[in-house]
Amino acid sequence: MSTVADRTLPRRPLRWTFADAAAVTRRNLYRYIRVPTLLLFSTIQPVMFVLLFTYVFGGAIQVPGVDNYIDYLMAGILAQTVIFGSTQTGVGLAEDMSRGMVDRFRSLPMARSAVLAGRTLSDTVRNLFVVCLMLVVGTLVGFRFHAGVVPALGAVGLALAFGLAFSWISALIGLSVRDVESAQAAGFVWVFPLVFASSAFVPVASMPGWLQAFADVNPVTITVNALRALTLGGPTTRPVLEALAWILGILLVFVPLAVNRYRRAAG
Amino acid sequence: MSRIGGTGGGVSDAIITEGLRRSFGSIKAVDRVDLAAPAGTVLGLLGPNGAGKTTIVRILTTLLDPDGGSARVAGYDVVRDAEALRSVIGLAGQFAAVDDNLTGRENLDLVGRLYHLGRDEARRRADEMLERFELTDAANRLVKTYSGGMRRRLDLGASLVGKPQVLFLDEPTTGLDPRSRFGLWDVIRELVSDGTTLLLTTQYLEEADRLADHIAVIDGGRVIAEGTSDQLKSRVGGDLLALRVADRARVAEAAAAIADLGSGAPQVVAESGEVSLPVAEGASILAEVVRRLDAAGLEISDLALGRPTLDDVFLALTGHVAEASGEDDEGPAPPPRGRRPARSGA
Repeated sequence: MSTVADRTLPRRPLRWTFADAAAVTRRNLYRYIRVPTLLLFSTIQPVMFVLLFTYVFGGAIQVPGVDNYIDYLMAGILAQTVIFGSTQTGVGLAEDMSRGMVDRFRSLPMARSAVLAGRTLSDTVRNLFVVCLMLVVGTLVGFRFHAGVVPALGAVGLALAFGLAFSWISALIGLSVRDVESAQAAGFVWVFPLVFASSAFVPVASMPGWLQAFADVNPVTITVNALRALTLGGPTTRPVLEALAWILGILLVFVPLAVNRYRRAAG
Repeated sequence: MSRIGGTGGGVSDAIITEGLRRSFGSIKAVDRVDLAAPAGTVLGLLGPNGAGKTTIVRILTTLLDPDGGSARVAGYDVVRDAEALRSVIGLAGQFAAVDDNLTGRENLDLVGRLYHLGRDEARRRADEMLERFELTDAANRLVKTYSGGMRRRLDLGASLVGKPQVLFLDEPTTGLDPRSRFGLWDVIRELVSDGTTLLLTTQYLEEADRLADHIAVIDGGRVIAEGTSDQLKSRVGGDLLALRVADRARVAEAAAAIADLGSGAPQVVAESGEVSLPVAEGASILAEVVRRLDAAGLEISDLALGRPTLDDVFLALTGHVAEASGEDDEGPAPPPRGRRPARSGA
């Protein structure tokens, strides 16, 4: 009956999708400039972990074939830092939902994926900042890259990509639980076993057999192993490819789930 | 206004819904709602908390899909043409959806960019809105330092950045003090004078009365009455004129003098010397009432014109008082209800 249905609607240029995501990323990053304490507190915890593991647990943890525990630890700290950082993605989205920002965005002619892409990207930028800070703190307590500049940059890139993948999981959680406190709590519960039942801080071989079964396939273990190869030296191709496969797999599953959830985010 | 489409109803209807339905579980939040707003007019949705007003707005702004029925806004189907529709509408919801950690200007600039106005145009529109809503002085301050009224104005500005053909304001003045409310009314009146079609939801009859050309009264997800505010008021019985004569013995005489001005028979309370009279056009006959009583040599000790409130409308239309009954419309409590007499001494 309608002339509207027959009318060809203007196709949304792809560059708008990128521009939308960039605008949202910028908006999210302003938050850290305007509320510097947010950034401060998101750095204190990882710094404490570096110091805690170096000076408190470090003396008691013997890793076969490693002289300097901080060299072993740093790959784990990088993974832990980006994962803990990614839990803030869900918190930020829950906050935007509870304040009506998501409704405003959803009523605008912007790309459906832009709010989520902008949020996960800005959290990745924040992760970059925290990762750099960790490397500085690590260097101060004795950490050194042993494999050269390119693998070192590769380690930073891989850690950030891993954090980005986890941000999308966190996004789905934040959109599902909707309120800030729940997002805060739900965001942490599931990352703890992943981070600690992994090779992040201790060799998997030191764990009981049943836990090894889990730790061996844990994406955190896989990624930490790749980061370790990139920071300490040794064969890198296989562990890095395995880590990238996990990252890609997580993105392939959780990006569509989160975008779909956002689309139907009726409040 | 040149528009394409709009084949559902009258060619000039900017908003048209037919049999619109939406349930949440067993609650029928929107139950077969038919609405129409010609382009360039203001449609007011009047109803208590939980009546379904917000759900209707959410459907019309593509935030929520309807379960059934159809809705077209600016000629676009809200489901099929959702993406195209979003570029010609503006929405200001119940919560001022502005970012605390951005300045006023940055908030508007962000929205302009998301309407894809381009950098320069977005900046220009942001400045225009700041000017229009008297926020220029606060433009570079973080929004978290703004007052409630300023946040609402900024939110309204954000909804207008994209020069929408159809604007949706969901309880724009709920929670504001009277001064801010009146200020916002002026702004809203001004912006609809330039041809924007507006759908406004409100719990306040007075607000609908001041702003809307056409009012739909919503209760329990249904349109229970509609018309102009005058038409609605006459369904409620119009205003109620109440007067007291100084000499109680002559109260019947006073009632007789003004009886033909009412839309119903005068009620007399002999003990207190009071006469009450339902009137259709209260304000316009006040002077005539005074003249007649004066001519009859009757001294008036009190004269009041009671305006019908939302309570009166609901009482008259539904037999129950307006009360929060659902879960989708939330907001601060409405202001104290009751007749607000326009006093005129004698």
